[in-house]
Amino acid sequence: MSILDPNSDAKNQLKIASLVEAEEAFLAKARKNANSAYFSQNHIEPEKPVKGEPAKGVDPLQRPHNRRHFLASFAVLASSSVAGRAIAQTAASPDGKAPPGAVWRSVPEDATKIPGTAIGEDGGYGTRSQFETEVRWRFGTKTPLSSWSMTPLEHGVGIITPSGLHFERDHGGIATIDPATHKVFVHGMVKQPKKFSMLDVKRFPSISRILFIECSGNGLTEWSKPTLKTVQGTHGLVSTSEWTGVPLSTILNEVGVKSGAKWLLVEGGDSSVMTRSIPIDKAMKDCFLAYGQNGEAIRPEQGYPLRLIAPGYEGNTHIKWVRRIELSDKPFMTREETSKYTDLLPSGKAVQFSLVMDAKSVITRPSGEMTLSGPGFYEITGLAWSGRGRIKRVDVSTDGGRTWKPAGLQGPILPICQTRFRFPWVWDGKEAILQSRCVDETGYVQPTLGQLIEVRGLNGPIGSIYHLNAIQSWKVDTEGRVSNVHYY
Amino acid sequence: MFTTTKLFLQVTACGALFALNTYAVSADPTRYGFGEPASANDLQDFVSSLPDGRDLPAGSGTISKGKQVYDEKCASCHGQKLEGDIGDRLIGGRGTLVNNDPKKAPVKTVESYWPYATTLFDYIKRAMPFYTPGSLTNDEVYSVTGYILSEAKILNGDEPITAKSLSKVAMPNRNGFIPDHRPDHFKPADKHPRLR
Repeated sequence: MSILDPNSDAKNQLKIASLVEAEEAFLAKARKNANSAYFSQNHIEPEKPVKGEPAKGVDPLQRPHNRRHFLASFAVLASSSVAGRAIAQTAASPDGKAPPGAVWRSVPEDATKIPGTAIGEDGGYGTRSQFETEVRWRFGTKTPLSSWSMTPLEHGVGIITPSGLHFERDHGGIATIDPATHKVFVHGMVKQPKKFSMLDVKRFPSISRILFIECSGNGLTEWSKPTLKTVQGTHGLVSTSEWTGVPLSTILNEVGVKSGAKWLLVEGGDSSVMTRSIPIDKAMKDCFLAYGQNGEAIRPEQGYPLRLIAPGYEGNTHIKWVRRIELSDKPFMTREETSKYTDLLPSGKAVQFSLVMDAKSVITRPSGEMTLSGPGFYEITGLAWSGRGRIKRVDVSTDGGRTWKPAGLQGPILPICQTRFRFPWVWDGKEAILQSRCVDETGYVQPTLGQLIEVRGLNGPIGSIYHLNAIQSWKVDTEGRVSNVHYY
Repeated sequence: MFTTTKLFLQVTACGALFALNTYAVSADPTRYGFGEPASANDLQDFVSSLPDGRDLPAGSGTISKGKQVYDEKCASCHGQKLEGDIGDRLIGGRGTLVNNDPKKAPVKTVESYWPYATTLFDYIKRAMPFYTPGSLTNDEVYSVTGYILSEAKILNGDEPITAKSLSKVAMPNRNGFIPDHRPDHFKPADKHPRLR
């Protein structure tokens, strides 16, 4: 089951519509929540189409097929276990009170007049505030076992993605693996095939690096027309964590690489037994097997107890639940690196092993579906990242790319890591097109969508699917409403 | 085995190397001796998709047996005629890959797109059927692989399907892949951008 079915236009349209629907269900709720970035006191509901006719100016692909979910009330959405196939994870937990990851506590009128919660009442593991509601939301594939969920970038501050909000892509559900019995086998073109327990893995000298991981399918809905409305929808398949583990070079040295070995297969221990081939030079240079994420064990959905980190490579190569590594003289030509994750061009030829993620940036605030409260000062902020190294500069345009000014970069600026940029802006109340454009330390300049399509072509509604790293445009209208547009 | 002193010296030297190299991992000359040797028995159930078939298991299948397996285990997701449903469409689509039409998508299937038949065996063996992965015997996987390839008009006849025969199958899109040409160098952007 693929991210998008490359086999059928009708199916793709349905799937994209389903994703639009999930986003819309999320937005319907967020617009009424005063704490949400999408809160809008005077939000105008989109014109309801006459039954059977597409709404004026609304592409059928962008309009949810089933208005029921779109218009569903809060309570219905929260209590319904089957809100269609598009399930926006609701902010309310099953008890109807605290959002996921929070515990509901009664709110005193004045917190200075009554003692707070007893220390240790959380059982020793803290939760987030009950007032914070951002969640990943999931693409409505037919089965939630092969699906993905996106990071709410619009709420993010700094560069680290909270572990519980790191995007997910799973092909056979989230495996539950007991570290006490888990083994990693290393074999193939090695002098001594070996198996390692998690205790063995953790005895080796360790390293930590703060790195982004981005799914190469990030933004695939945006090739031919602006489709999703929020930055979570257009860019939410990228996240940053501090990862800790053991260098692959250490493990490979332990088994002894035979001369002639050029590639290695890394295999996951989930039900999809995910496999990808990695060039051995890359493995020796900077890949590592991570057991730590943001100071604790990696989360189950990130591959507990052990995942591969291949810095700067597309997310699919960062195999989760690693159970096996096999060395060979040739790439293994697995399903994921032949029939998927290859970029089909209009010529009929497909680019294979397009592993590195090109430089990309996006303004996260203000971004799609937010509303500016009136003319005046706003801080434009966002994230930039490159699989080839450090971000060297980010420029911001408020006039659709006619003029550019440098944004301030928040240090530390780390290689292959998201970098936060900021740009002070006084909105004059007129229409504006906000864009960011990054340059990495290799000199690579983030292209416009037009430039990218010139190189890659547009062979179908979702083009070559993967590696869309174009400049994102957010339009601010005279009412202060921000929307996703194509402007180049 | 290393003596403790020897190991200590090597670890110290290695630590100094790391200190110079804060994020690029240097080749580590030390062997720590952690982990156990993996036996042939430990490794016997692992399968890989190398196109020359060297990591595929023993066994053989037939197209007719493959149809039975398909109807029983695969058709509910991939369709009676391999046309796809919850699962991917498996056949058809030849001639659709060359395409410059933004409104019409190319049809990528085993028949039109997959470059190696060994990949098909490997994927079915590891990850299919979706709800009971790993439940098919090697002979069943060889058979159903053969059946899909026969419906795709790539294989026919009564020859047994084996690791060797799969490595020799000429897939229609065998030469359809090119290496990564990036990074691209983009020309200066249009000076007159507009809403599209």
